[in-house]
Amino acid sequence: MANPATKTQVISLYRQFLRSGSKFGAYNFRDYAIRRARDGFRSHMNEADPEKISAFIKKAEQELKVVQRQSTISSMFNSGQRLIIEEQRIVRTAGDN
Amino acid sequence: MLSRQLQRNILKVAAAPSVRLSLAKQAPRVVLFSLRTFSNTAQKQNASTVETLTPNSDSLGFETTAIEKPGRPIYLDMQATSPMDPRVLDAMLPYLTDLYGNPHSRTHQYGWETERAVEEAREQVAKLIGADPKEIIFTSGATEANNLSLKGVAHFYKGKKKHIITTQIEHKCVLESCRVLQEEGFDVTYLPVQPNGLIDIKQFEEAIRPDTSIVSIMSVNNEIGVIQPIEEIGKICRKNKVFFHTDAAQAVGKIPMDVNAMNIDLMSISGHKLYGPKGIGAIYVRRRPRVRLEAVQSGGGQERGIRSGTVPTPLVVGLGAACKIATEEMEYDDQRISRLSKRLIDGIQSKVEQVVRNGDDVHTYPGCVNLSFSYVEGESLLMALKEIALSSGSACTSASLEPSYVLRALGADDEMAHSSIRFGIGRFTTEAEIDYVINHVVGHVNKLRDMSPLWEMVQEGIDLKSIQWSQH
Repeated sequence: MANPATKTQVISLYRQFLRSGSKFGAYNFRDYAIRRARDGFRSHMNEADPEKISAFIKKAEQELKVVQRQSTISSMFNSGQRLIIEEQRIVRTAGDN
Repeated sequence: MLSRQLQRNILKVAAAPSVRLSLAKQAPRVVLFSLRTFSNTAQKQNASTVETLTPNSDSLGFETTAIEKPGRPIYLDMQATSPMDPRVLDAMLPYLTDLYGNPHSRTHQYGWETERAVEEAREQVAKLIGADPKEIIFTSGATEANNLSLKGVAHFYKGKKKHIITTQIEHKCVLESCRVLQEEGFDVTYLPVQPNGLIDIKQFEEAIRPDTSIVSIMSVNNEIGVIQPIEEIGKICRKNKVFFHTDAAQAVGKIPMDVNAMNIDLMSISGHKLYGPKGIGAIYVRRRPRVRLEAVQSGGGQERGIRSGTVPTPLVVGLGAACKIATEEMEYDDQRISRLSKRLIDGIQSKVEQVVRNGDDVHTYPGCVNLSFSYVEGESLLMALKEIALSSGSACTSASLEPSYVLRALGADDEMAHSSIRFGIGRFTTEAEIDYVINHVVGHVNKLRDMSPLWEMVQEGIDLKSIQWSQH
């Protein structure tokens, strides 16, 4: 990513994904939203083609809207009971270690 | 209505003062009702799950302690159903709210919008399996699709062809459809499977007769996850000019399926097994060479007359979205599910001995792990593992204690069939959940084995098969 303006835009998008994703009421969706955003952004980290980058940004912007809407819905219609695993675990999101 | 009741109560109060108490109780409830929000209903549900135990008068001095439920169990039953992807709900919501037209209404915009959405969904489903959109017909689910394929084809060609081939490990809806056809005078061959769960291709080829009309073999088994050699079966069917139907409810969206490469003539798809909504499925019916079906349901002639009834736009859009996501995410999901599956199997097998995975080692969908824990009764393990939502087999038969017919078809003895548990891993399963499951399963299996006299005997080197159990 040569263009610094694009870089800030991408980082801002990524942060918004993490922020909205963490609002999911359901543990599994929350974990997935964060993991998928991280893996998705990472897999395009070394992308140099400006056309592909702008296509990726456009797609990410659309998906961000989905995450924002759905995390709100998920938090509204939450069952009110957390998963057993959330009650006692050491917080660890994804990673194959 | 409530206010009218209130008025009536007020009248009653005037008549009889003894009712005053009930009115006083009811009044604040009315206020509460109007203030209740979504989160309040959620809290109410939550409150009901907290166990409060009041000791009985006859509890003989035993102390009872109230146990608060520690939380919702981990969901590991993806073969029964999968959670709906939030992206699917996002695609559906406009059609559950603003865009409510009947897709078959041709005279106004409401109909046109929904028709466009239905056709787009049809394309998305078709793309996932390499079909033409015209070959996709929406049904209520895989059960209907299976019924329609088997009964539809059998009935249409009954003049000349009277023979159907299927396997012993099919889903109940295929087996039951075959049984019904048998009662109508059709001849059905139920192919046995090898101990690894796969059919014997040679045996299958020999079972084909000149009057065989349809072969129905599932792609991925719902209990043990074995993947049948669909491509080979398809080739043989095409060579013998026999229609090939596959129940791909557990396969579509999880493993690559291509109706042309695999020579599939009919295929059943289920929405809720691939993170879509429940109550929707689809059937693929090949156009060239054409497969003809006799409709089971009569009506307005929707879906080319094969499945009458108004197409449920929101559900169809949801199925389409689920298929689109599956097309894009299959590789990512597969890598992840394979990794989690390996982690689960290795984790359990490294800590507990005598755990066998049912089904073939290689040709198995990694998201379906069926393990047999020797000398542990599966149902008691399921009861012990209440922190994990699991099943010993298909959800349809989970109410009965009978051992699974699928495991028995593998030639497993009753003890092994009774000691099996199915772990279903999906898109939203996490590493932390798998680790939790490993720990709990290992702990409970060891505990149950410690209690078991059979396990003790095995540890002492007694062969249980050699024991002559006395009859009472």
